[in-house]
Parts: sequence; C-alpha cells; structure tokens
Amino acid sequence: MVEHRRFGNLLPHLVLLTGVAIVAFPVYLAIIASTHDNTVIANGQMPLYPGTHGLETYWNTIVSGTGKTTREPVGGMMLNSLIMALGIAAGKIAISIISAYAIVFFSFPFRMTAFWTIFITLMLPVEVRIFPTYKITSDLHLLDSYSGLILPLIASATATLLFRQFFMTVPKELVEASKMDGAGPIRFFFDTLLPLSVTNIAALFVILFIYGWNQYLWPLLITTRDNMQTIVIGIKKIIDVHDALTEWSVAMATAVLAMLPPVAVVVLMQRLFVKGLIETEK
Amino acid sequence: MENRAIFSGKTLAYLLVLPQLAVSLIFFYWPAVQAVWQSFLIQDAFGLSTEFVWFENYVALLKEPGYYHAIGVTFMFSALVVFFSMAIGLLLAVMANQNIRGVQIYRTFLIIPYAVAPAVASVLFIFMFQPGLGMIARALQRSGVDWNPVLNGNHAMILIIIVGVWNQISYNFLFFLAGLQSIPKSVIEAAAIDGARPVRRFWTIVFPLLSPTTFFLIVVNITYAFFNTLGIIDTATGGGPNGETSTLVYKVFLDGKGGSDLGGSAAQSVILMIIVVLLTAFQFRYVEKKVHY
Repeated sequence: MVEHRRFGNLLPHLVLLTGVAIVAFPVYLAIIASTHDNTVIANGQMPLYPGTHGLETYWNTIVSGTGKTTREPVGGMMLNSLIMALGIAAGKIAISIISAYAIVFFSFPFRMTAFWTIFITLMLPVEVRIFPTYKITSDLHLLDSYSGLILPLIASATATLLFRQFFMTVPKELVEASKMDGAGPIRFFFDTLLPLSVTNIAALFVILFIYGWNQYLWPLLITTRDNMQTIVIGIKKIIDVHDALTEWSVAMATAVLAMLPPVAVVVLMQRLFVKGLIETEK
Repeated sequence: MENRAIFSGKTLAYLLVLPQLAVSLIFFYWPAVQAVWQSFLIQDAFGLSTEFVWFENYVALLKEPGYYHAIGVTFMFSALVVFFSMAIGLLLAVMANQNIRGVQIYRTFLIIPYAVAPAVASVLFIFMFQPGLGMIARALQRSGVDWNPVLNGNHAMILIIIVGVWNQISYNFLFFLAGLQSIPKSVIEAAAIDGARPVRRFWTIVFPLLSPTTFFLIVVNITYAFFNTLGIIDTATGGGPNGETSTLVYKVFLDGKGGSDLGGSAAQSVILMIIVVLLTAFQFRYVEKKVHY
C-alpha cells in the first residue's frame, strides 16, 4: 500500500460487501422462494429464510410437471439446454481450431479471402439477420432439431482469431523439428499443437458453454415443439406478468435450475473463466 | 499478417477451412444478403407477388414515428445501462484492487451475474418488482409510489435498465480490475510522493491510464445493450406498455414475427447491420490492435 490508512481498509470492504449484496440478493431470493408455498408468495408474506416445500417443488418442477399447467417437466428442458451448450462449445472450438490451423500453417490460394470471410461474421450477429436465418434453417428442415439449435451458431470469428493469435506464437523451430521427425501436418496437429492448446481450449470452452446455455432468441424462434424447448426460454412460459395465477415457487425453482450449471462452471473454473474472458475479449 | 506457410498440402488446407466457411456462408452471409435483398422488395398482403421498390421500405421506415420512438428508447436504455454498469464495475474494481483480504471471495460472488442468462436475470427481478407480491414493489407501494411496470412506461424502463446493469456488472468489474492491475505501481507511488491524495491520484493518473480499457468496455457494453438484451425485454415487458421499452432490435423481432411486413423488418435489419459494422470498425480501429497485417 502506498500510504498508511487510519481506518484500515474499512471503505473497500464496505463497498465490496454492498456490491456482493446487490449481486447476490436476487439469486438468494429466488432460492428462498423456491422452497415456499405458492400462496405464501402470492400474499407477499414470504419470509427471508427457507421454507419447507423445497423438495416437493423441485420434484414437481424437474420430473412430474405440475397439475395446473400442461407444460413439459423442466428436466427435459435442462437436457436440451445441455446438449445445445455442449454442441455449440465443442462445435465452435472444433471448426475454429482447424480453420486457424490452416490459415496459420498452410499456404494456399485465397488464404486471406478465407480469413476475411471468417472475420467479417463478427459483424453479423444473429439479432440482425433473424428472419432470413430462420428461413434457411427451415428450408434445410432443421427446425425443432438439435442440429438446428447448434449449427447456425457455431461459426466463430472470435475463436478463430484467438487460435490464430496463439498459433502465431508457436516457434517455427518446433514445426521444423517435428517435420524432421517425419511428422506430416496431421501428426503435427495432434501430437504437438493440440497438447499446447489445452489451456486455451479449456478457457474458451468455459466461455462458450455459458454462451450456448444462455441463448435466447435463436431457440425461441426455431423450437415450436414443447419437448425441444431449452430452459432459458421455457421459463418465460411459466411466468406471466399479467396472470395472477403464476406458480411463483415453480418459476423460481426453474430460474435456480437455469442458473445452476453456468454459475457452477464460472465459480468452479474461475481461473479458466477469467482467462477465457479477457483473452477472447468478446 | 505473417505467412508461415510451413505445410503445402492444398487439399488438406481447404478441407480444414471448409466447415467454418460453410457454416459462415450458409447461416451468416446468405441470410445477410437475403435481408438486404428483401429490404428492397414489397410483398402484397397475400404473399403472392413481390415488387422491387428500391428504397421505398427505408423511406416508409423513416416516416414512421414509431421508428424514431424506438431510436429514442434504444438510446436512453443503452446510455443508462452502459453508464451505470461501468460506473459500478469501476468502483468495485478500484476497491478490489486495494490489497485487502478476501478479494478472491468478493470476486467469486461478483462474477455470478455474468453466468446468468439475460432472460433469467429478468425473471429474478420481475419477482422482486411484481406489484402486490414482490418485495421491492411492496416497499415502493408502502412508501407511496404507485409502482406498476405493466402499465407505466417509465417503471417498465427502470425495470429493464436495472436488469441490464445487474447483468453487466461482472464483465465491467473483471475488465477494469485487469486494467487496474496492469498499471505499474511505481507510477502511483511517484504521484503519492508528490503529495497527491488517493482521490486526486485516481482522476489524474489512474483513470487516464485506464482509458484503453474504458473505451473497449464502452463499445462492448453498447453492443450488449443493443443486441443481448432482447431476452430481458421479451421476458420483462414484451416491449410494452405501448412500445415504451421496445428497442430497435426488439422492434425488428416484433415486426418480423407477425410476418406482415418482411420488407420493413429487413430494412430495419440492414440499418442494424450498418450500426454493428460501425461499432466493430471503431473497436478495431481505435480500441484493439488485435489484427496486424
């Protein structure tokens, strides 16, 4: 510390505790609400400590569905979200790492054209080409399918740029040595480059898993069957701001379940997450 | 860009870039071209015939008062979300950068909002702000505020701004913290020796040195507020009441969903594309020096 403080570090702790309270309170409240009875919540008399209906609520939410509505149990939605998140993360990494490999280590006609073609996709987020993308996905018969949820989102300029940048730091000597040993491009990729990229891949995976799990617009558009819904869009059908009959305990349990996997990933893999976030810068 | 050109198998190289290019062309370029093409067409009410009308859709759009309203909503929403989420993120980062105990624990909590989907964050806040049962809504009502985001446009706007700010705090906190940690201690010590107090040191030395991070975050946060908040708006307000919370992106979604005005929706998409191109160009030109040729 630059100078001695009379009051120790009281101020930073106070500010940070306030920050943590602001960040954590809505999450805490959702957890508490998911353990209380609907009538207690609807009366606005919910206490700030856990209730006794937790097990029942989560069982109803995940497995059996509730009597009042005909909606799908949330367990199936979570499975859909998981498949989509893993598919997007794995797909983006796979196609980005091989295209970056080609662009950095190979010489071929239209190499720069390929690079720019990938780079410019950065400027075409799904939100600005919503309906034509829907149209082509529908023409390819991909509506209500996992391929339809995953494929249109897996092109990644950011991941390609990241791998390209990393590959350019790989010393030329390493490649020469590998070639000397008689390794071709495929062996070099699997024996040398891939092991070197493990940390980058893991960091990127954390970021992309969250990206995939939290998708909203795309699954909302292309899933019409209830059993293809993801949890992030399923939750909207449970709450209805105009309807006094919303089952709040179920809605909050669903919110908790929707937050759980990405929050767990971020908290448990904090180092990789921060590395991935700062390095992809997007 | 340096050409290392170490392997020469052309066929293999093409096979390696093929999947990425195929996905980009089918799901990015083709739809983008379609959007531009559709923005020049007008379809009759039954979808039987289309007519090429040059810029008529754009002209119609620019004559529509609702479009200017959406521009205003987008501007206000984005400005407030960007300002507050960055200010709070910066404040927390400055505090976390003070060599105090337990920073790791604070950080663990502060990164949580990043992992929460915008639509889910929205649900958490709807629960607190729901008139009649939400904890904060009831507190407001007790203190005489007739809180009702379903009917009151300002209340609806405040609600989605709060959700957006909450959702973005983590990102800004982490980047400001990384930025602060990269400022050499010696610079700050030198200022301290010159007698500058902490607050003065912050505004005259630390904040200017942070400006690359700040500019970068401004662009990223604008992009967030424009595009990634659709889930928040759709869940919390559905653009209402009376379009009071309908941003440009949400308007594209709403207008296209009915399918009645594909040309108009496409024209809006094209305008958004131009905005993204400008933001991205700005980011790479002034903020990042990521791509070297």
